Amino acid sequence: MRVAIEGIGLCGPGLDGWAASAPVLAGARDYEAAPTLVPPSALLPANERRRAVQTVKIALAVGAEAFAAAGRDPAATASVFTSSGGDGDTIDQILNVLASPNRELSPTRFHNSVHNAPAGYWSIATGSRAASSSLCCHDDSFAAGLLEAAAQVVTEQCAMALIAYDVCYPAPLGLVRPIGAAFGVAMVLAPAGGRFASIDICLAPKSTASVMRPAALESLRRNTPAARSLPLLAALARGEPAEITLDYLDDMALILDLAPGC
Amino acid sequence: MMAPLALSDFSVVSSVAAGRDATIAALREGRSGLAPCTFDDFPYPTYTGEIPGLDAGPLTGELAAFDCRNNRLARMALLQDGFIDSVAAARARYGADRIGVFVGTSTSGLRQTELAYRSQDHVSGGLPAGFDYARTHNTYSLARFVRAMCRLQGPAFVVSTACAATAKVFGSAARMIAAGICDAAIVGGADTLCATTLYGFHSLGVIAEAPCRPFDAGRRGISIGEAGGFALLEQPGAQHGAETVMLLGVGESADAYHMSSPHPEGVGARLAMERALAAAGLAPADIDYINLHGTATLVGDASEDQAVFGLFGGATPCSSTKGFAGHTLGASGAVEAAFCALAIQHGFLPGSPHTREIDPAFRSRYVREGRPARIDRVISNSFGFGGSNCSLVLGRAG
Repeated sequence: MRVAIEGIGLCGPGLDGWAASAPVLAGARDYEAAPTLVPPSALLPANERRRAVQTVKIALAVGAEAFAAAGRDPAATASVFTSSGGDGDTIDQILNVLASPNRELSPTRFHNSVHNAPAGYWSIATGSRAASSSLCCHDDSFAAGLLEAAAQVVTEQCAMALIAYDVCYPAPLGLVRPIGAAFGVAMVLAPAGGRFASIDICLAPKSTASVMRPAALESLRRNTPAARSLPLLAALARGEPAEITLDYLDDMALILDLAPGC
Repeated sequence: MMAPLALSDFSVVSSVAAGRDATIAALREGRSGLAPCTFDDFPYPTYTGEIPGLDAGPLTGELAAFDCRNNRLARMALLQDGFIDSVAAARARYGADRIGVFVGTSTSGLRQTELAYRSQDHVSGGLPAGFDYARTHNTYSLARFVRAMCRLQGPAFVVSTACAATAKVFGSAARMIAAGICDAAIVGGADTLCATTLYGFHSLGVIAEAPCRPFDAGRRGISIGEAGGFALLEQPGAQHGAETVMLLGVGESADAYHMSSPHPEGVGARLAMERALAAAGLAPADIDYINLHGTATLVGDASEDQAVFGLFGGATPCSSTKGFAGHTLGASGAVEAAFCALAIQHGFLPGSPHTREIDPAFRSRYVREGRPARIDRVISNSFGFGGSNCSLVLGRAG
């Protein structure tokens, strides 16, 4: 399945947006780890911006950045959201309340607990009534989302947004499900064109996944499901032809054959 | 237009019945599975569609690590009506790596973590030893379990778009098969009772005290149920007779309106139905029965009535089957697709138990009493939180 990449959005620890991060990912500038800074989203009204949970903030920030780069209207574009889990703080708070004598939940917290909460806020914020799905594939959620988005681009000959994100769980869940850092990445995909690159995506038997350098970025890739996208982002930043292997389930891999520019 | 796919086999388990024969019998008799809620000492009066036997019968052997209420229900659904044997036959035909698993759930094995939080070590604060997040709580757990139990090695993921999840998986599977990523797919899913949804919907004030009464003038909200159902989708071939049920179209939309309340005029709902009909290459007049989302909330039913009347007028019979199994949340798409497939195969248009007096403000042709009827094509609606909408068009092959 060949798809073109029209725009990229990125938000991770020491990775503040695509423009600032591309030289780091290309190896032209040193990586400096820092807490993830989520830029305030112009898509949300001020009161919503304060109340929004972290998954929503990250998804909207990277989505908006990718659409700005692509010069496309999000209201007219279908989307695939993908995450290895929901909003960590929200789920922890709900579970604590339900383990307490008084089990009354907040209705807002409850609707924020659904896996597709960021997709819902995105649809409201952008006014998009286009089809939107929200996937989970544990550690391989980025690969699964890419597969689903590309299949839609190819079969329906339409543009698609792919928005992948993960946030950390507090303890005690965080002790059994450690996530490296809050991380989000978005790509606007299209059947053809695309100023960044085009990628040919192919499902293949298991092989060794592409890794990152330096070690700090490799650690981020290993420990944060949405950061499994980093080798693809690094190849896009280098702007050279590349073959990238993403882990997908126990027995498969996604091979991405990247051709820069178009 | 999408290329039609055959539902080579399907299975269903809900509080109404386990298996296809018992389910169509209950639909014919108008027998509801709703009963007073006894789950988790929930302190407010309500009815739930609870499936007996899930507390007993843990998963064992190589599947033991997956043990949680939701995967127990998934196992029950895979074992109904020889569904897993049909999957095995497909595996022999296509190869394990050519069959996808695209299933849906809203809360997956979250119940396991609810219990784990109540058993936290008071000193360390840690969760109990042996708690397996990835194979129980995680949303993907369901697909991983189905893949393991069916011995499949093809592409997989879980769709979790609240109450539209197990309808949307039909669309994912159709795209994957059309793109050549796989040759066949298991779709469907499961959702089980848990405290999060009971207390969560209670916090929204949308849980009825009595059994839910969809489209009734006196409707007071939902009854929560649990259910599982799966279908094996593949390209139609010589093995599929005239009685085979086909997936003809899928339509997806978003409301762009509110996180937990549908668009008041049903704009997103109507778009989903229009897109499903367009994908099937059909007109509204081609549809013999509409299986409504119809959860029995005040605004939800009113919004859907507007969408249905606006698109179909007042002639096409419609009903919500939530009065049978309750609102099975993330499983409702798969369960109601199974109800629709049974309606087509058995020539029976399901009614609406507990609905007494149809809301006089509604204009669509709501069917309260089930009756025999030839049904060739149906549309089934599933709408969820976040304004996620999906409609499926199913029809008879011959």
